[in-house]
Amino acid sequence: MPSRFAESRSRISDLTLDEAFQTAKKLFEDLSFGYATDWKSEQQNRRIVGFLPIYVPREILHALDMLPVGLFGAGDKIPVVRGDAYFQSYICHLPRTVIEMALNDSLKDFDAFLFPAICDVIRNLSGIFQLTYKDKLVRFLDFPQNFQSAVGGVFYRHELERLAADLGALNGKSLSTDALNHSIGLYNQNRALLKDLSNFRSSYPHKLSAADHYLILRAGQVMTVEHHNAYVERILELLPSVEAIEADKIRVVVSGSFCEQPPLGLIRTVENAGCYIVDDDFQLGLKWTEGDIPDKTEDPVGALVNAYLNNSTFSSAVYDGDNPKEISLERQVREHRADGVIFCAPSFCDPALLDRPILEKAMERKHIRHIGFQYHENLGQFHVVKEQAGTFADMIKLWD
Amino acid sequence: MSVQKENSMVKQKQMLADHFMALSEAPMTGRKVCYTFVPGNLTELITAFDMLPVYPEINSLQSGMRQRSRDFIREAEDAGYSEDVCSYVKCDIGMMLQGNIGPTDQQLPPPDLLLLSYTGCFVFMKWFENLRHLYPKAEIAMLHIPYQADGKVEPSAIEYIKEQLRTEVIPKFEKVAGRKIDDAVLAQCMNRSAMAEDLLINVFESARHRPSPIDAYFGGVYYIGPIFTSFRGSQACVEYYEELWKEVQERVALKLGPITPDGTFTEKYRLVVEGPPNWTNFRDFWKLFYEHGAVFVGSTYTRVGGVYDYGFRHSAEDPLKSLAEYCMGCYTNRNLPQRIDLIEKFIKDCDADGLVINSIKSCNSFSAGQLAMMRDIEERRGIPVGFIETDLVDPRYYSYSNIKNRLDSFFQMLEQRKELVGKAVLVS
Ligand code: SF4
Ligand code: SF4
Repeated sequence: MPSRFAESRSRISDLTLDEAFQTAKKLFEDLSFGYATDWKSEQQNRRIVGFLPIYVPREILHALDMLPVGLFGAGDKIPVVRGDAYFQSYICHLPRTVIEMALNDSLKDFDAFLFPAICDVIRNLSGIFQLTYKDKLVRFLDFPQNFQSAVGGVFYRHELERLAADLGALNGKSLSTDALNHSIGLYNQNRALLKDLSNFRSSYPHKLSAADHYLILRAGQVMTVEHHNAYVERILELLPSVEAIEADKIRVVVSGSFCEQPPLGLIRTVENAGCYIVDDDFQLGLKWTEGDIPDKTEDPVGALVNAYLNNSTFSSAVYDGDNPKEISLERQVREHRADGVIFCAPSFCDPALLDRPILEKAMERKHIRHIGFQYHENLGQFHVVKEQAGTFADMIKLWD
Repeated sequence: MSVQKENSMVKQKQMLADHFMALSEAPMTGRKVCYTFVPGNLTELITAFDMLPVYPEINSLQSGMRQRSRDFIREAEDAGYSEDVCSYVKCDIGMMLQGNIGPTDQQLPPPDLLLLSYTGCFVFMKWFENLRHLYPKAEIAMLHIPYQADGKVEPSAIEYIKEQLRTEVIPKFEKVAGRKIDDAVLAQCMNRSAMAEDLLINVFESARHRPSPIDAYFGGVYYIGPIFTSFRGSQACVEYYEELWKEVQERVALKLGPITPDGTFTEKYRLVVEGPPNWTNFRDFWKLFYEHGAVFVGSTYTRVGGVYDYGFRHSAEDPLKSLAEYCMGCYTNRNLPQRIDLIEKFIKDCDADGLVINSIKSCNSFSAGQLAMMRDIEERRGIPVGFIETDLVDPRYYSYSNIKNRLDSFFQMLEQRKELVGKAVLVS
């Protein structure tokens, strides 16, 4: 029997769109991470590294023969039995399902976990993992909030080198310039393909639903980058021939869902209620770096550092000193010819919710319409969302 | 009934009154005003530049104590801040939106410098970004403090902080002050801080006595006031702690327990506490403990603005390095295992009977992970742990009856354990 990893890699060049979406859905629903486990079992030195939202430099992991796997919670796909005994009711939902997966052995084949510095919950979750997994590498990854290369850059380089050394100790590998350059090239390609996909989606939202687009991106948090590149390329070949009629819907940017993920049902509901989601921050980490990172340099770690300092997208987790995020959001709205913004954040999410008043005011100043709501990853009822998104769409259609 | 006042309390009250007066007069006197946060505060630098600090969290907690926070929070929620986010932020922003009238009913001046020293909590960054929008004319300095994720301070983190101080923070101070830093004045401030910190630790360690002469939580918030807020590095701060230490020594000699709003009481249970207190019902909350004869002999909240228990003191030898080490060491900038270690140290050093965790709805920095910490402590020490939930300044999340019920059961557990331990001692 072929492994799940091998099975989903085979026949990429003759995949149909339906099959491609099915592949993504299967990966999305597989909370035992069979793809990753199978990939690991094929070679002795391979390791699986789970990481929390938003961004980690996956290039480094790839260059060390490790599979980065994004841990975005489990939505409503598992009952939370023990997770609630770890987190009080006023803490967002994502860490509950992450710890639930840790305790029910879904993550047993993982060798390391990375916790990027984005909020206090993720940070302290790293401590819970330290207490829970005494035999695995648990690393909190600090990102500089100072963007001077001689200051924040020096610090970040050290963080990355330390990370590479700690990870390399797991399989006896060390980071080589060639391997890292090669990995950077593959991820450049991945970001370029995802940008093409996002542009296609923005231009022809009726040909690729927001939910399918989302699943294709989510697949990129599990698949090897080589596989995901081939997979997205195949989808891009197939999409133009999709026959569909554009509906009379407004175009919206969704903002605030960069960590705990909205349920698929919510994404579908927004779209069915009359709003084409033409851009969003659901899987922000995949497009964290804007543009290519040099991939033929003597100093690829330095290239990653520079990319982080100078070419990162905007986010609630990053201090926006000289680069106010409201201006970036406005630009996003303009670039995608959006009619409005839906601020859609997880309940109890400090970073997203504390940004919201700033962003809302900025949208008002620019006469960009907006609405906002909150969700849990395991939300099951969407009529309120349907009502709000529907009214928003009607209002814009009526007055514009 | 008012709390019985000791000299140190009177002194502290006067220091605060003078400080707020100086703030209200700042537009006339021309003294520069620096808004900054408590954990990882750079008071020595602020003092060295003769600026006046404003701590938004302190304003929020004062608003909570003065029953103003409900209004301020509503104002902020009306302005778009979610019910779900930290109430300190909302209380502060609400206060600003209502004219920035501070705890002494005087208007607080706007900041000349917004100094974000960003330690142990990501909300500070968001809070700061919001303040920046409210005060577009203020000069801005940002100091990012890495987290002690692996339970140790990486030398690269110290270098990073020093470089930020050298290239970003101090130049901003100099710009606002209109003059260069005076190294001799900074050194003097650092030395005075160290003296005050020695005395503060003496006071906290006095809780090892039986009865404990202090309450390290409810009383502790008074004791840390000057260290946390505007005065560390000043002579007045040293003098305050000298006075306090003298009083505490007298209490030890007389075998007196701490003073409460209802006078003194007989110590029955010795507790350690994790998490900040509730401010809106501060006395009620305190009473729930002392009416059971419970005294806090250790508290983590009083370490949020600096952990001095392992020997760290500000030092004039390499001031920037010392400031960096101070920032890295603040309580919530330590990882969960380190936080547990500190709690365990308090339990052991003070021979505590139990642990209380006050889980604050607003504060993920403290609260996320407390349930795991609780289990770990129970396993390590086998002592009862009481888990209660309140908020800092949002009165909607203070439920007297819930807290009382939980504490009643906790005290029953403590009682049973005391009986068991007593019997075991008799048998042996
Ligand atoms: S949803 Fe928000 S608060 Fe929760 S872990 Fe993610 S960023 Fe942190
Ligand atoms: S979350 Fe906690 S530490 Fe952070 S600002 Fe709010 S009260 Fe302070």
